[in-house]
Amino acid sequence: MSVDSGLYINTQTTSVPDARGYYGDFGGRFVPETLIPALEELAAAYRDAMADPAFQAELEHLQRTFTGRPTPVTFARRMTEALGGAQIYIKREDLAHTGAHKINNALGQALLAKRMGKFRVVAETGAGQHGVASATACAMLGLDCHVYMGTVDMARQKPNVFRMKLMGAEVIPVESGTQTLKDAVNDAIRDWVTNVRDTFYCLGSALGPHPYPMMVRDFQSVIGTEARAQMLELTGRLPNVAIACVGGGSNAIGLFHAFREDESVDLIGVEAGGHGVLSGEHAARFGDPTMGRPGVLHGAKTFVLQNSDGQIMNTHSISAGLDYAAIGPEHAFLRQAERAYYTSATDEEAMAALQMLSTSEGIIPALESAHAVAEVIKRAPTMPKDSIILINLSGRGDKDLDTIMRTIGDA
Amino acid sequence: MTASTHGTERISEMFARAKAEGRAAFLPYFPIGFPTLEASLDVIETMAACGVDGFEIGIPFSDPLADGPVIQAATQQSLDNGTTVQSCLNAVRTLRERGVDQPMLMMGYINPLLSYGAEAFAAAAQAAGADGLIVPDMPIEEGAVISEICARHGLALVFFLAPTSTAERVALVAQNATGFIYVVSLTGVTGARSELPEDLTKFIARVREHAKEVPLVMGFGISRPDHVQQVSQLVDGFIVGSALVKAGREGLDAVRALTETLVGATRIEQR
Repeated sequence: MSVDSGLYINTQTTSVPDARGYYGDFGGRFVPETLIPALEELAAAYRDAMADPAFQAELEHLQRTFTGRPTPVTFARRMTEALGGAQIYIKREDLAHTGAHKINNALGQALLAKRMGKFRVVAETGAGQHGVASATACAMLGLDCHVYMGTVDMARQKPNVFRMKLMGAEVIPVESGTQTLKDAVNDAIRDWVTNVRDTFYCLGSALGPHPYPMMVRDFQSVIGTEARAQMLELTGRLPNVAIACVGGGSNAIGLFHAFREDESVDLIGVEAGGHGVLSGEHAARFGDPTMGRPGVLHGAKTFVLQNSDGQIMNTHSISAGLDYAAIGPEHAFLRQAERAYYTSATDEEAMAALQMLSTSEGIIPALESAHAVAEVIKRAPTMPKDSIILINLSGRGDKDLDTIMRTIGDA
Repeated sequence: MTASTHGTERISEMFARAKAEGRAAFLPYFPIGFPTLEASLDVIETMAACGVDGFEIGIPFSDPLADGPVIQAATQQSLDNGTTVQSCLNAVRTLRERGVDQPMLMMGYINPLLSYGAEAFAAAAQAAGADGLIVPDMPIEEGAVISEICARHGLALVFFLAPTSTAERVALVAQNATGFIYVVSLTGVTGARSELPEDLTKFIARVREHAKEVPLVMGFGISRPDHVQQVSQLVDGFIVGSALVKAGREGLDAVRALTETLVGATRIEQR
C-alpha cells in the first residue's frame, strides 16, 4: 500500500478503535480544523452518555416501544429447501420502524444531540433511508432536522423525500458534483462546519471522522447482539456464516460486532457489483483492485474508489444505499486482519435474489439487502445441510418498487 | 528580490519585507487549470506583476469539502479540463521559468497527494520551485509523517487554526508551525462575504498568546479593500480566493483590476 507513506500508521490493537480513532491502519480524522474541537466534544459527550445508565435505559426503552425491537429472526424454510444446502435464517431489520436498520443509529444519535443541547440536526442521505430515520427520530424527540440529498437520488427516491417532509424535516437538494450520496455528505459537512456551534451532524453510516465509525457501530450492534442470542435460542448454536450487504457498512458492522470473538463464524460482506466489477460501473471498493485503494474520503482513511490521480470515482449500483465510493474504516481493518471476507453481487444477481426471496418467503427485501441474499443463493448450495447461514435483511423493499417495476416489468 | 532562497526561507523573507513596509502580505489563491490551464498561468503571472506577495496554488479535488460554491465550480471545471497533480507541479515550474519569484504554496486536499505519494510529491514540488504545502483536510494530529517529509525537502507545511480551536490546539499548532499559521476568519467554507465576523480581534489575540513569532495569515471571506484594511491591523498576511476566482472567470482585466485594488489597500492604511 504505497499511500501509507504519507499517513500516521498505528500499531494494531486488539480493541479498535484506538484513542485517535484508528482501526489498525484505517480511520482517523481528516477534516478541517474548525470541526476537530466539535469531534472532540462529540467523542467526550458520547463516552459520557454510554457510561450513563439513564441514557442507556432511555435508548433501550425507545428501541422497545418505538422502533419495535427486538426484531425477529425468521427461518427461511422454502428458500432453504430450494437451495438444498445450508439452513437459512433471516434477521428481520426490515421490520424495524421506518423499514430499515437505519433507525437504530438515527435514534441513538438524536438522543445524544438532545443530551448535548444541540437542537439543530443535519444529516445526509442517499437512498433516503437514513434521511427518513433521522426525520423520524427528530420528530419524535422534537429536534429540527435538515437532510441533504443529491438531486439524482431525490428523483429516484421520491416517496422517501415526501416521508421526510411529512415528518417536518427540510430536504435540501444537492446540485454539486454527481448529485448523489457523496455530494450530500460534502454539503452536510459544509453545513456543519458553518453552524458547528449549535448543530449536530447525524451521520448515517459507519464512516467519516472519529468518533462516527465507532458510534454508528455501537448503535447498530444491537442487530448482532440480538441475532446471536436468537440463533442460540432457535438453533442451539452459532451460525457458520453471517452475511450482510456493505455500502458504508453500518448494518454489516452492526451484525459482525457481536460475532467478532466467535472464530467459528465466518463474516461475509457483500459489496455492490453494479454492472460487474470488470465493467468499471460498480461500488466494489474491495472488489476492484485497480480503482479501490487506500485513501481518504469524508474524514477517514479507508478503501476508496479513485482514479490514478486520486480523484474520487463515480460509482454505480441499482441500489442507492450501496452507491458510495468509500467503505467504513473498520471493514478495511477486518479485511486486512482476515477476520471478515468481502465479495460482491451484481445488479442482476441482486434483482434475481429479490424475486426469489419475495416468492419463496413472502418477504420483499430492499435492493441493498438483496445483495446479501444473492450471496446466500451462491453459497448455501455448497454447504452441508446441517450448517447455518444467518443473513441480515437490513431493510424492506417498498421504497424500491419503482426501480423493481422498471427493471423486471409487471412481475 | 532573492531568487536564491526557497522554501521556508523565501516565505520568511516575504513576511520580513512586508513588515518592513508596514503592511500585511497579500497571498492570492488560484486553482491551476481554471478556466483553462494556460489561462490560469496567465492569471497568476498577472497577479505577480501587480505586486502580490505570494501565492496559494490550488490543486483541484473532486470533493472539496472546505470550499464554497465558487471554488467548487472552478476546481470541477479544472478537473473536467484534465488537470492532474502532475500538471499542477508542472505549472509551478513553468511559472518560475516565466519569472514569477514570489513564494508559492501548493494547496490541495489530502487524497490526491497520498495517491501521488507524499514523499514523491514533496520532492517534485521542491524541484518545481514550490515553497510550501497547505492541506485543508489534514489537521495537525494527522500531519506527523507529511510534516517530517516537508521538513526534509525544505518545504513549509501550513496548519490551520479556527475560531473553534481550543487553547490546547492553538498551543500545539503554534509549536509546530512552519511558514505561517492559516487562521480561518469564520466557521464555514471558503467564499466572499460582505462582512467579516466581529469577534476576530478576540480570536487573534487568543492565537497571538501562543504564536508570538510565527506569522498569521487570515483567509475565508476576505474580498474587499475594507476587509483588507480591517485584517491588516490584526495579522501578518491575508488570502483572497473566491473573489479572484470569480474575476478569473471574467478574464485577465477583471483579475488585474481586483488585484490592484487589493494590493493598493495593503499600502494605504496604517500611514
